[in-house]
Amino acid sequence: MTTLLTASPSEVLYKAASKAAGRRRSVALRRLPLIIGLALLAIAILAITFAPLLTSAAPNQIDVLNPLAPPLTPGHLLGTDQFGRDVWSRILYGGRIDLAIAFGATSVTLVGGTIIGLVAGYFGGKIDNVLMRIVDLFFAFPFLVLIIAIIAMLGPSILNIFLAIWITSWVAYARIMRAQVIVAKKQQYVLAARALGYSRTRVMLRHILPNTASAVIIFSMVDAIGNIALAAALGFLGLGVQPPTPEWGTMISDGQNYITTAWWLTLFPGLAIVFVGVAFSLIGDGLADVLRPGDR
Amino acid sequence: MIPAEPTGPGVPAGPGLPPVEPGLPGQTAPPPDAELAELAGAGLETGEEAAPVPDPEVAEAVLAPVASSAVGTPLLTVEDLRTYLATGHGVVRAVDGVSFSLAQAEVLGIVGESGCGKSVTCRTIMGLVPKSLGHSNGRVIYHPRGEGSLLDASQNQWQALRGSQLAMIFQDPMTALNPVLTVGEQLLEAVNAHAKLTRAEAQARAVELLRRVGIPAPQRRMRDYPFQFSGGMLQRALIAIALASSPRLLLADEPTTSLDVIIQDQILSLLLELQQDTGMSMILVSHDLAVITEVCDRIIVMYAGQVVEQGRAATIITEPRHPYTRALLGALPQAGHQGELPSIPGHPPSLIDPPAGCRFAPRCPLVTDKCLTWETELLDAGGDGHLARCWRHEEVARQGPAQQGTEVQ
Repeated sequence: MTTLLTASPSEVLYKAASKAAGRRRSVALRRLPLIIGLALLAIAILAITFAPLLTSAAPNQIDVLNPLAPPLTPGHLLGTDQFGRDVWSRILYGGRIDLAIAFGATSVTLVGGTIIGLVAGYFGGKIDNVLMRIVDLFFAFPFLVLIIAIIAMLGPSILNIFLAIWITSWVAYARIMRAQVIVAKKQQYVLAARALGYSRTRVMLRHILPNTASAVIIFSMVDAIGNIALAAALGFLGLGVQPPTPEWGTMISDGQNYITTAWWLTLFPGLAIVFVGVAFSLIGDGLADVLRPGDR
Repeated sequence: MIPAEPTGPGVPAGPGLPPVEPGLPGQTAPPPDAELAELAGAGLETGEEAAPVPDPEVAEAVLAPVASSAVGTPLLTVEDLRTYLATGHGVVRAVDGVSFSLAQAEVLGIVGESGCGKSVTCRTIMGLVPKSLGHSNGRVIYHPRGEGSLLDASQNQWQALRGSQLAMIFQDPMTALNPVLTVGEQLLEAVNAHAKLTRAEAQARAVELLRRVGIPAPQRRMRDYPFQFSGGMLQRALIAIALASSPRLLLADEPTTSLDVIIQDQILSLLLELQQDTGMSMILVSHDLAVITEVCDRIIVMYAGQVVEQGRAATIITEPRHPYTRALLGALPQAGHQGELPSIPGHPPSLIDPPAGCRFAPRCPLVTDKCLTWETELLDAGGDGHLARCWRHEEVARQGPAQQGTEVQ
C-alpha cells in the first residue's frame, strides 16, 4: 500500500510498460501451444505406427475366456469388449483409420477449396458468381444429412467416407479464401505485381496466396478435428467403417449396449478422440499466433 | 537484353565516367569503408562488394541507354482517352477526353488536385483498370509496338509489355511490396520476369540495381523484408524493381507524396538521374506543381478529368494561360510568407455529373456567362504547343504569373 502511495506516476507507467514488454518478449511461451500440440500429435502418430510393438494382441484377436474384462486385467491394459478383443489394441489400430481421415480428407479439401476460393476471389465477375452459387448450394443442405445421403448412395466404406468429405467440405475453405483474396487483391503490391507484367497465375500463387493462406490453414486444423468427429459419428450410425475393422466411432457405437456394465468400451475410444482433438486444436491456436503477422 | 556482367574487384573504373555516389548524402548509410569491413568480418563473398567505390561502368551496364538514337521521336501518343468508372453512385467520368504525346527521353509532368484523373490516366495507359470497374475508349499508341491501340491489347500482349516496356511506380512504397517476400526475392522476380538469365547473372543484376538506386550494402539488404526498410529506401527498391527490365517508359504516380521533403528531393533527383542515364521517357504525376516544374520538360495540367493546359514547363510557370494553373501557382507556399496559406476556393466538381461548359467556372475568378455554356476545347495559346482550355486565355496571360504566396483572386 505504501509503495503505491509513494510511487511516482512515471514509475507506475514504467512498471506497467515493462510488464507488457515481458509479455511480448516471451516468444517461446507464445509458441507453447503449437509445440505441445505437435508433441501430442507426434505421440499419437508414433503410437499408431508402432501399434504392433505396443500391443500384446491383434485388434481382432478374440480372447474367448475373457469377454468384457475390466481395465488392468493382465494382458488387457484397457480391458476387452464383448467378444474378448483387446480395447487398447483396437484403439491403436483404429487410430490409423481416424488419423488417415483427418489428414487425407482434410488435406484434399484444404487444397481444393483454397484454389477454388483463390480463383473466385481473384477473377470475380461471372466465375466468382458461378462458383459461389455452387458453394451456396452445399451450404443450403444440412452438412451431416448431405454426407449421410452420399454414403447411403455409395455404400459404407472408407473410400466413400473420403469421397463424401471431399465432395462436401471444400466449400468452407473456398468461402474463407475468397473473402481473404478479395481484400488482398486490392493491395497495392498486387497492382504493382501486375504492373510488372507478371502472369495472373504468378500473381495469384506467389503474391496473393502467401498473404491469405493463414486463415484456411488455421481453419483446416479445426476441420481435421471435425472430420475425426464426423468419421466417429458415421461409425456410430453404422455408416462408417464396417466391423470387424476397428474405428473409434464404431467402437463407441458398439459399446453403448454395455455402457452400464462395461464403461471402458466407450470411455477409452472417446478419450482417444479427445486426445487427437486437443492436439489439432492446440496446433491451430499455435499456428494462428505464428502465422498472423498483425499480432506480432 | 542487357547482359549483367559479373564483376570483380579488378575491373578498373573508366577515367572519363562520372563517379557514382556510393551512399546517400544525409542518410544513415555507413561509409564504404565501414561497410566493407563489416562484410569482410561477416565472411561474405566479396565479389562486387569488395569494390570500395561502385564501378560506374557496371552501373552503366545495368541500366544502359534504351534508345539514345531516337530522342525526339514520339514514344507514346494518347488520343481522346476516356475512362469511365462504375461506382455505386453512378458513372464517374474519371478521364474525359485526354490527348497528349510523349517523345523518347522526354519527362512529362501531369499535375492537378486529387481526383482530377491523373492516376486513372496512368493506370489506363498501363491497362490496370479492371474491366469490371471501368471502361476506356480512345487510343493509346505505344509507337515501338506499332500503330495499334494498347486498349485493344490482349492479356498476353499486356503481360509482355508491362515491366519490359512500360513500368510504373506507386504512391505509397510501404504497401507496394509484398510483405511476405524479401526485397531480394521480389527484385529477382522482376529481373527474371522478362529475361532469361542464369541464377548468378540475375543475382548480380539485382545487386547492381539496388546499388544503382543508392541502397547501401545491397547484397545484405536483399535478404531484408520490406518492413525492415524505411519509406525512402522502399521507394528506391521499388524504382529498382520497376527498372529491372529496362523499360522505355516509366510512369511515376505520385512517387514522393508519402515521403518527407528531404527524401522527396533525393528520390526525384534519383529518378531524373536514372532517366538521363537510360534515356527512357517518364511521366511524373503529382499534385505538387513545385515538384513537377523542377523535373519535367513539359507539363499537363488536369482538372476534372480533362487537360486544361499543356505546354513547356518554363512557359507554363512564367505565363500560365488557364486560371486554374494560375491559381495552383498562387497556392504554392513560399518561405517567409506570413498569414493564411492561399488556396483555391471550392472543390473540384463531381465527375458523375460534371457541369456544362467550363468545369472550372464555379471556382474561377474570371467567370462569365459564356464560360457556363461554351463547348470547351483546348485552344492554341501562344504557340510552341502551349494549349489552354480557356477562351479568355489572353487575359489570363496578361495578368502574368501568379504572385507566389499571395491571394489568387
